[in-house]
Amino acid sequence: MNALSKDMSGPLALFANRLNTLTGAQRQSAAGALARTGLPDRKSEAWKYTALRALGKQDYLQAPAQVDEAAVRALLDGVFQAHPAMAALPRVVFVNGRHAPAFSVAPDDVDLSFFGQNAEFGLQAAPDRDPLVALNTALAEDGLVLRVPAGEDAGHLMLISLGVAQEQPVSFHPRHTVVVEKDAYLRLISVQAGQGTYFHNPVMDIRVEDGATLEHVTLQTEGAQAISLGTLYAHVGHKSVYDSFVLGLGGQLVRHEVHARLASPRGVVHVNGAQRLAGQQVGDITSVITHAASDCISRQTVRNVLDGHARGVFQGKVLVEQVALKTDGYQMNQALLLSPDAEIDAKPELEIYADDVRCSHGATVGALDDDQLFYLRSRGISVQEARQMLIDAFLDEAIALVVDATAQTFCRAVMAARFAQKGEA
Amino acid sequence: MPAVTQTREAVEKLGQSTYKWGFETDIEMDMAPKGLNEDIIRLISSRKEEPEWMLEWRLAAYKTWQAMQEPKWAKVAYPPIDYQDAHYYAAPRKKPGPKSLDEVDPELLRTYEKLGIPLHEQALLAGVEVPEGERMPVAVDAVFDSVSVATTFRKTLEEAGVIFCPISEAVKEHPDLVRKYLGTVVPAGDNFFSALNSAVFTDGSFVYVPKGVRCPMELSTYFRINARNTGQFERTLIVVEEGASVSYLEGCTAPMRDENQLHAAVVELVAMDDASIKYSTVQNWYPGDENGRGGIYNFVTKRGACRGARSKISWTQVETGSAITWKYPSCILQGEGSVGEFYSVAVTNNHQQADTGTKMIHLGRNTRSTIIAKTISAGRSDSTYRGLVRVQPKASGARNFTQCDSLLIGDQCGAHTVPYIESRNMNARIEHEATTSKISEDQLFYCRQRGLSEEDAVGLIVNGFCRDVLKELPMEFAVEAQKLLQISLEGSVG
Amino acid sequence: MSQFLEISGLCAQIDADGQEKQILRGVDLSIPPGEVHVIMGPNGSGKSTLSYVLAGREDYEVTAGTATFHGQDLLAMEPEERAAAGLFLAFQSPIELPGVNNANFLRTAVNAVRRARGQEELDAVAFLKMAREAAKALSMAPDMLKRNVNVGFSGGEKKRNEVLQMTLLQPTFAILDETDSGLDVDALRIVAEGVNRLRAPTFSALVITHHQKLLDYLVPDRIHVMARGRIILSGGPELARQIDQEGYTKFLAEVA
Repeated sequence: MNALSKDMSGPLALFANRLNTLTGAQRQSAAGALARTGLPDRKSEAWKYTALRALGKQDYLQAPAQVDEAAVRALLDGVFQAHPAMAALPRVVFVNGRHAPAFSVAPDDVDLSFFGQNAEFGLQAAPDRDPLVALNTALAEDGLVLRVPAGEDAGHLMLISLGVAQEQPVSFHPRHTVVVEKDAYLRLISVQAGQGTYFHNPVMDIRVEDGATLEHVTLQTEGAQAISLGTLYAHVGHKSVYDSFVLGLGGQLVRHEVHARLASPRGVVHVNGAQRLAGQQVGDITSVITHAASDCISRQTVRNVLDGHARGVFQGKVLVEQVALKTDGYQMNQALLLSPDAEIDAKPELEIYADDVRCSHGATVGALDDDQLFYLRSRGISVQEARQMLIDAFLDEAIALVVDATAQTFCRAVMAARFAQKGEA
Repeated sequence: MPAVTQTREAVEKLGQSTYKWGFETDIEMDMAPKGLNEDIIRLISSRKEEPEWMLEWRLAAYKTWQAMQEPKWAKVAYPPIDYQDAHYYAAPRKKPGPKSLDEVDPELLRTYEKLGIPLHEQALLAGVEVPEGERMPVAVDAVFDSVSVATTFRKTLEEAGVIFCPISEAVKEHPDLVRKYLGTVVPAGDNFFSALNSAVFTDGSFVYVPKGVRCPMELSTYFRINARNTGQFERTLIVVEEGASVSYLEGCTAPMRDENQLHAAVVELVAMDDASIKYSTVQNWYPGDENGRGGIYNFVTKRGACRGARSKISWTQVETGSAITWKYPSCILQGEGSVGEFYSVAVTNNHQQADTGTKMIHLGRNTRSTIIAKTISAGRSDSTYRGLVRVQPKASGARNFTQCDSLLIGDQCGAHTVPYIESRNMNARIEHEATTSKISEDQLFYCRQRGLSEEDAVGLIVNGFCRDVLKELPMEFAVEAQKLLQISLEGSVG
Repeated sequence: MSQFLEISGLCAQIDADGQEKQILRGVDLSIPPGEVHVIMGPNGSGKSTLSYVLAGREDYEVTAGTATFHGQDLLAMEPEERAAAGLFLAFQSPIELPGVNNANFLRTAVNAVRRARGQEELDAVAFLKMAREAAKALSMAPDMLKRNVNVGFSGGEKKRNEVLQMTLLQPTFAILDETDSGLDVDALRIVAEGVNRLRAPTFSALVITHHQKLLDYLVPDRIHVMARGRIILSGGPELARQIDQEGYTKFLAEVA
């Protein structure tokens, strides 16, 4: 394996030492795949709009096992600050990719274990096709392994991932597995937050078995210098529902990539999201929704608000296989540009091999609507407040798609706290 | 769903008989030896009696091409092309570029007659074929394999100040114009196929409409590939000066052969202030047989530059032919307030593959673009709409509207939509909509209940589906295109 | 004398696709307090433009003339300042605000205006009580306060919502742009009744219409005829009946 480092140039070189000393067939094979492909650049169609150059600028160390407890406590308080009621929910906390039992509150009714004790890579992630998954596979140390037993309504669970980088930039690659067994129910709220310069590279493998429902909200509030590149696989069974929403607010460079597979008839997938970015932020929401069975429904609404020099990326592919008759797919991506230097790149894509389908997508890009602004101002509302109201309304229409009321309230509270509106109403 | 089942069966039964333009003309040919090298390029250039600068331009393009890779990003699959296994020059053995129609080989005239292309000015002018006499005559440039064999109505056009001639002739007669514009919209090194074309192009049309002139008639070029083992590399250049306008039509067919033939054309359009260019294509190259044997590889680069303020370039295409289509007629919207349009119908059947669409590049303020693309897939075919809308930081007030609709007939085909939307201007507005569906059973039933055969009903519905595009075609072409749609889907469309 | 609303020599143009188009060509108009004035005129005469210019829409560029309101230079004010000063424009086609809750919108507007007028802001409870009562008086469905502003509203519901806003914002001067809504008699009646309820010695209104139906519900003090960007004729209520019977042509010819 020592020869490996020769093949590693660019950002990958930073991980070379760790990749060269792996044990275990799965990890070695992933490292091999990675050495062949390298980390993706913009020549790769899937990374056409998001460059990983920023990753190469830092030397990310393996995150140390010991972290400053006060820093963790402060971050955790920050998570709950906008909506303290959330602190009452059961939670599993990861700090720099490792389970932190001292900060967790164990849930009932679920079967909980950890990747660190028993490495479970799951079946869906494909290291040979996705270099970031390969990197995760090679370097994963810990992760959530959650199983909701058949027929159980497990209520809410928060999965909180905190990155704490103090002197040195660090990287961590948690590997999470979530299985919601037959007819079971789970409301999962993932929160990503942190401080300092770190690289968070999580992979989550989700199975929603027949008749089960997983409502999954991801609140992405990574630290301002963070790079976060997450890949999520969801397998959706017969008559089961994977209803997801991501709210992207933080980080320097963040990609939320979802691969959802409707594997049996009458499944439902929602891959909704909203992001509000400013400064030099880059936020990328990428998804591939595969209809591999008949009579399934997929819905996707993504809204982007981009200010400053921020760049938003949306790539959404809906793939309908030949067997997937009576597919009903809908996708909408909308962007609001608030500054002359903001940019949106969108690629909504339909790839369809079945004839009896109803699929559509739409995309719009524009500025705030002048008619709406004038209408508000003619009612006495100041121009700043009017703009704020319209921006909030634009994003709120996406947040309104969150089915779980608790998670919806949480998202709204976080938004309100971050973008405090003048003269609240 | 019996109706659809029948339709599928009918589509599967489709045979060679449906391609009505597949005959071969027996005519003595002057062919260059197979293969591509500097000597072949020198040979082409000398056969065309080109000036030295043209040869140098070609050789430079050839160098560029040698260093390039064939593009792989399109959603099409084909075995590797052996670029050395084709003739790069083939011309009917008669003096190329006849001065009048009387000099044209009667066998050729018969060929174009069979294709329904009028090369007889007299008959047309006398209004023999269309008694109403209202119809505008169409000037035609007929390109047979590598050379232009006839251009009609040149006198009438000359009187209006319009130049319409084979590009090989323009290189000699109007070198200043050609040098000024050739390769300025599609540089030789733009892509692999444009570089190849720049090195070996043999003929095509040149149009120049001077300031303030509205071209008095539709201009048309009819491309025909006839010879075996040849590629066709035509080059079209249309320059329309300030306040002038032209409508240009292009048609293409080829004989049925078991081998694949390469067609790699380049079309460049230039529109100055307040100029307008309407470019319509009915592309009916031989698509191959029902097993996917033979057919034309249609790898084409078409691009228009709206250089002037308020200039307008409108592309309309009906793509029914070719085994593989790879083309993206585009507009560079540079002039303030300039307008780009793309209207497309792409039909694929049997084993055809099409990856087609457009690029609208908004550079200037208040530029506008409209894209309407209709894709119909049947048989075992695959069809992709691929389009780019890019708004650059200076294009304040830019607007784009895109509508892409796909229709699938049968469950063995694919229809894909891949739009790229990039905006770097907060005052631009982009709207994109796309749908994919099949022909609705309700619509079919409704039509049949009213007495239409299933095939007529499908034909009616498909034509309705394409209406927004077909209505953009000049009248005569619209009728032809409508028939072509029916024939291309014959079996399913009657 | 400092009138209530005083418009003099007002000229305005719009930038349409890179070309400037002159729409108002010297409007003179004065409206005393307590009166309802009507502007009539054929399509394209500049009626709606006048209402937008008075309300401060930025698409229109004022090239000459003045407009004062309560002695203040109206044209120098921002749209929201004009609203706070007591000017209300009832839109011809009210704008939809997806995602903006109607009650929240109304309260934000009411409090912004109250703040500017030096009045105490209303808390949520007090505001909702007031809004519910006002909505009830307009026979509005209770859920209209919960819905998004004008989204999915019928024509009549949109008009009611405009009148509700007018009632809550308590303007001293209302402009009612009804140019194109002539066919919807119910909508007209809603607007007219809203105005009639506000009628007082300190309240004036300018009603823009090009037909007479509205005047069956609203008794005007004065009628102005507008054509080609100017007021070409003014008179008492009888002028409206005259136009109704004879059309505009005669008047336009006389002036030309």
